[in-house]
Parts: sequence; structure tokens; C-alpha cells
Amino acid sequence: MIEVLQHDVVVVGGGGAGLRAAIAAVEADPRLSVALVSKVYPMRSHTVSAEGGAAAVAREDDSLEMHAWDTVKGSDFLGDQDVIQYFVEQAPIELALLENWGCPWSRNEDGSVATRAFGGMTTKRTWFATDKVGFHMLHSLFQHSLRFDRIVRYDEHFVSKLLVEGGRVQGVVSLDIRSGAVSAILGRAVILATGGAGKVFPFTTNGNIKTGDGMALAYREGVGLKDMEFLQYHPTGLPGTGILITEASRGEGGYLRNKDGERFLVTRDYGVGTKAELGPRDMISRAIIREIAAGRGVDGPYGQHVWLDLTHLGEDKINSRLPFVRELSTTYAFVDPVHEPIPIRPVAHYMMGGVDTNIDGATPLPGLYAAGECACVSLNGANRLGSNSLTECLVFGARAGRKAVEYALGAGAPDEARARSVTEAEAARLDALRGSARGEEKIPRIRDEMNRALEAGCGVYREQASMALACKELAILQERVPRLRLSDASRVFNTELVAALELQNMLDVAEAIANAALARKESRGAHACSDHPARNDAEYLHHSLVTRSAEGRPVVGRKAVTLGIWEPEERKY
Amino acid sequence: MSGRETKTFVVTRFDPDRDEAPRTERYEVPVRDDWKVLDALNYIKDEIDPTLSHRWSCRMAVCGSCGMQVNGEPKLTCKTALREYGSTVEVAPLANFPVVRDLVIEMEGFLDKLQAVRPWIIEAKDAARREGTHRQSPEELEAFKKFSMCINCMLCYAACPVVANEPDFLGPAAIALGHRYNQDSRDHGAGERNQVFRGEGGVFACSFANECTEVCPKHVDPGYAIQEAKLLNVIDWATSFVVPRGKAR
Repeated sequence: MIEVLQHDVVVVGGGGAGLRAAIAAVEADPRLSVALVSKVYPMRSHTVSAEGGAAAVAREDDSLEMHAWDTVKGSDFLGDQDVIQYFVEQAPIELALLENWGCPWSRNEDGSVATRAFGGMTTKRTWFATDKVGFHMLHSLFQHSLRFDRIVRYDEHFVSKLLVEGGRVQGVVSLDIRSGAVSAILGRAVILATGGAGKVFPFTTNGNIKTGDGMALAYREGVGLKDMEFLQYHPTGLPGTGILITEASRGEGGYLRNKDGERFLVTRDYGVGTKAELGPRDMISRAIIREIAAGRGVDGPYGQHVWLDLTHLGEDKINSRLPFVRELSTTYAFVDPVHEPIPIRPVAHYMMGGVDTNIDGATPLPGLYAAGECACVSLNGANRLGSNSLTECLVFGARAGRKAVEYALGAGAPDEARARSVTEAEAARLDALRGSARGEEKIPRIRDEMNRALEAGCGVYREQASMALACKELAILQERVPRLRLSDASRVFNTELVAALELQNMLDVAEAIANAALARKESRGAHACSDHPARNDAEYLHHSLVTRSAEGRPVVGRKAVTLGIWEPEERKY
Repeated sequence: MSGRETKTFVVTRFDPDRDEAPRTERYEVPVRDDWKVLDALNYIKDEIDPTLSHRWSCRMAVCGSCGMQVNGEPKLTCKTALREYGSTVEVAPLANFPVVRDLVIEMEGFLDKLQAVRPWIIEAKDAARREGTHRQSPEELEAFKKFSMCINCMLCYAACPVVANEPDFLGPAAIALGHRYNQDSRDHGAGERNQVFRGEGGVFACSFANECTEVCPKHVDPGYAIQEAKLLNVIDWATSFVVPRGKAR
């Protein structure tokens, strides 16, 4: 028997954006009940792995206008300027709120909150809690959320489908991973906050849970995925594991060096000017790839890399400002950055694209909202500046939470009978998949082939032929998915079943990425096309929007970008 | 691939749908020299036995998902280098917890204990809604920072001899996190939390074996937090006879 659970707002995802949305929703109206549905315990969410900081204007020598301009320029003019304006205004308010909720921000001697330098930011405006900012923000939010008994958690519940009826969303279908039970969780509004999709790539900073679930859920219900071609490669990941070494390493004064020990961002022209190591991520990642292509990389067991050198910072500064970097380097690269440089190479890190929303976090599907990395509110455009995304989770998580409540208060009750029958059908689908021994395809094989196709087609540099090939290969993988063979027939904590559902989500997201990339015949921000090396405002100053055709194929369309304050100019630092 | 050596993994399996009791299964895994225990478990899952269930995500020792007993000791498997082990490695679910399946433990009890210590900033009763941020000196931050580093990985519960005998003991992580807020200059909730700390299963149940601090992968030092909490509670309790507390309780 299918259980039908009733709430007012359903939040899917318990990371930074989801928790902030849930708190905003219960604070907006004391009568409402909010379901917080997460496939992990919220404190395991990938927000936990963010290291360097969260941006908001805090100092006398800074201004909202400067933060906005840095963000617009960093986005290569594809950020919506009304969204950016709202973001920079709300950023200091949200970070102060988190301070009041207990976040242990690092401090100046006078007790004020300290800020550090970050790539593409003209002054120190990145708030930090040593180099574990995402961890502290997530735990502060999660622990604060525990005081609200109207936030009802469904931990380790996997949402496999949105309930859409009468042209609006009315809840979700949820698989309780530990029991295997499938239930309908009804709400008059649903907020997706499931984070990114880094696991579509083989070499990524992202944790195992980052499989683009929310993006795929929305996409299957006809909502567009916006700007999916813009995938941020972080310049400094550990070879082999892809573990992130924070940009704060460079913010605190670290250097990048090639095999000859040369600071190539200073000695050669990679467009970052005097910013050198503090240039934006897209440019630094390209510079590293070009150094390696020019034969100035270092051979390692996992291919070529360059060096991140912190040795001149000294042990005291590394211990006080970058203790996690030291722990990670020592544990995972067997290198102590106090004494030796760290091997690093660019690594898939962050999706600028995501579920298409407006400034309210509202998608075109009534009742459906999205926030954080899974959304594309168009703050980041073609390239995100480091430390804007943690703040984004708060600013737009809060706004989506409040707007979802406004919507829910005016929406009718969900259609329970209809939800029950849809959920029964979905439960039958999952039952057929669980332990399904009919096919011959294996999850790890399809996943690996997807990873390889996307890396070959949508790396730091792309070209038409390789992107076209990736699109073709991914389409073939989609056809193989129905023939998955699953070995685990148990209902209890069946991680193979979850992995199969995640694989389906990743393939949809991967196809959206590759097809959007193929359609953008220019180079802008993180999308560097070898056969179209220049930015082309005349034809491509617009967002891309991938929707799903009736046959389930990706169709690439477009959406206007909102300017209004600054006109596009050459992006040079 | 070069540099591969085969190790035998003896993994505890249990599926409540089919097994009466936990059993073990042996897997031969060609490991790389730089692998952690988690890498071997993922290899088993992908290449040998897709029915193995274990939790993991960040693989960088910060999400806290992948705690297990490795050769009988509680470890974060993503942080535990295989090169430190011999040719046979035993992996079992964390001790002192009910097992959901295979290497997956029951976490609900901890979530209840965490909520019980009120791990959030409690404002002064008459405090006005604040604009902006508090001032907090680096020294005031230092007073609680260490205890805020807990990743809820549950290794300390698996190591604690008191938890083994008294499942209702609040336990090292929950007490350290409650104490973290008591020590935070922005907080005014110590009175409320100390009621919990002094109650049944509270700080005085701790026998100071200090195993929690020994196994903590993040150097939170919950053992110290508990002793400090005991001391402050004794002072708080003694003071309550001298200076009557206004509206305590």
C-alpha cells in the first residue's frame, strides 16, 4: 500500500540551498509544514566539501557595484544583471544571518569578520572559516534547522519522480532507501536543491552523490535546462582523485609553476594581466592546459600536471589559513605543502547551468522552484567567480523558499487520488528495475563510457567534431540503459538500485551538456571552442535552453540575457 | 596497471531480508599503492559484487559518511591508506550501532541525541533582532572552534566503552557539539543545555576512557569537551545554591 504524506512545501535536497530554503519557508508562515527530502543525511551534502569562502561586500574599500561588475565580467556578460544586482545586495545580509546562526567565521583582531582575496574579485570580499567554509556553513545551517519542528526530514529518501498534475507540480515520489518503500510526498510547491552533476565527468572534485538528480527530474517534466555547456573546470585538483585544493591557496599568496619552476601566469600572456594567479578560473584552467600542451607540464602517475607552490607562505600561515589544504595534500597526494609544491591539474568542478529559473527561483512549471547549483538563475553566466556560489545557495535558497510559500498559499490542494495512482506506477517501475536480471548492460560500464564521452567532447577545450561525437555516443548509451542488469534484489538499502536511477539522471544531464555545447559556436567563459575561438555577441549573446522532445531527445533553444547596467566589452584583466 | 598488489578483503555482510545473522565474504582486490580502504570497497562494488552496500560520498574526509571498523578499529575508510595494512584487511560496520545492512549502520539514534543538546545559537531572552554581525575576538573563536570541527562520522561512538553498555548515553560527538555552543561567546543557552548534560545519559555517564579523542579523525577532542562540560556543570550546580537562578527550567 502506497503511503501518501501531506506537507505544504517539499524541498528536495538538504545542502546549503535546500536547508536555507526550508528555513525561509517555515519562517515565512508559521502554519506551514515543510518536507526536507534528501538522499543522504543533510550534513553529508556536497556543500560540505566547499573550502575557500563565500563572497559578500564587507569592507570600507568595497562596494556593491564593484561586486556586481566583477560578477558580470567574470560571467563573460552572460549573467543576468538584475539577478546579479539582487544577489550582491542580499549577500551581506545572508552571510550576517549565518553569523547569527553560529557559523564560525574567521575573525580580524578587532572581532570583525575577516575576508580574503579570491579569483576575479577586485578586493578582499570572501568571508571564510579557515578553509572549510562549506563544511561550517552546512553544519551551521543543519544544526539551526533542527530548532524548527515544522521542518520534517525524510533522510536517505531518493526522489525518483515529480508529481505533475493539471499543469502544476503537486509533490514528489520518494523511495525510502533503507526500507525500499515508495511513497508520495505531496506539497503545493516543490523546491529542487539537489546540487550539481560533476559525476557525469570522470575527473571531478564532486562527491559520489552529485548526479544531477534535480536537473533530470525537471527536464523530464518539460522544464528547460539553461546554459548547460558552461562547466567550470577548477584549476587546482589533485591528480588521480580530483580532490579540490581551494582557490584560497592562491588567495593567500600561492603560485602556479610549470616544470621549470616558472610562474607562467606572470611570465606569459594568458589574458589575466596583473591578477596572475588570481585570475578567473576559466582562464587559469586554460593556461594550465596550454602549458602542458607546450611541453612544460610535469609527468606524474596520473598524466601531466603543474605545481601549486605554497612553500613560501610558511608553516604558520598554512596552518592558520589553509589547514585543510595541508591535510588533503598530505593524506591524498603524500605531499606536505609546507615543504614541497602540490601537483595539480584542472578538474571538473561546477555547473554554471541548471534548471531554468527566474529571479524568484521559479521555473516555468507552476509550483516548481529551484535554487543552488542545480538551478540556473543566471547569476554565473558563462563562468562563475569562486566564492559566489556558497552565497548563491543562501540568497536564492531563501528567495525560492519565500516565493514557494507565496505560491503554495494561493494554490489548491494536490489531487491525492491521482498522486496515489502515479506513485503506484512509479513503484512498479522501481520494482521492475530492482534486481532486474533480464538485460546484459552493467551500471559501471555505461557510467564509464558516459564519463569518457563527455571528457573527450566537453573538456577545457572543445571542438565541433569531438562534441558531435559525444552527442552521438551519449544517445547510444541512452538506448542501452533499458537493458541494465541489476544483481541486488533486496529492498533494504539497495545502493545498486539508487545507482541505476542516478545513472539515468546523469545521462539526461550529460546529453544536455553535450548538445548545448555543440550548438554554441563561439568561445565564451568556460566554453572554449577551438574552432570558434572568439566570442560572438552578434549571434550568441543569449542563454541556451535544452528541452526534451516528445521522443525524449534534447532540443537546443535559446533565451534572452538580461543586460541593463553594463554593455558587453572585451573581457580582459 | 603497474604497482598493483592483491589484497584479501574480509567484509561483513548482512541483509535483513535474507540473513539470520551477519556473515563474512572474502574478495581479492588488485589495489594501487595510493589507494584508501574505500577505493577497494568501490572496486568490489563495481567489479566483483554489486550487492555490497556501503555509504560514501566526498572521499576527502569531510562528509563523514564512510566510517567503518577496519581490522577492528573505527576508521574513516576514505582516509585510511591501504599501504598501512598487510595482505588481509577486515572491514565491518561501525561497532556499537544497529546494522541496517552490510556496512550501513543505523544513524537515527545519533540524530535524536544531536537534537537533544540544542546545537544552535540560543539568544538572550530579551535580545532584540540583530542587524549585522557580532564581534567575536580570535580568542573567543578559539574557545569553541575545535569542537565545531565534528563531521558526525560516528567513530567516537564506535570506540566509546560507555556507549557500548549504555546506548542512551548522549555520547562524545553530541556532547562536544552541545559544549561547542556553550563555549560560543554569541550563545546564551548554556543553562538549557546543562539541564540535558546533567540528566540521565549525560556528561557524568562518561568514564573518561578518552577513546573518542584517540579515534577522532578531525582532532575535535570530544574527551576534553566532556571533561570541560563536567567541570562547568559542577560549578553551575554549586553556584545555583549560592545565587538563585531567576527563571531556570
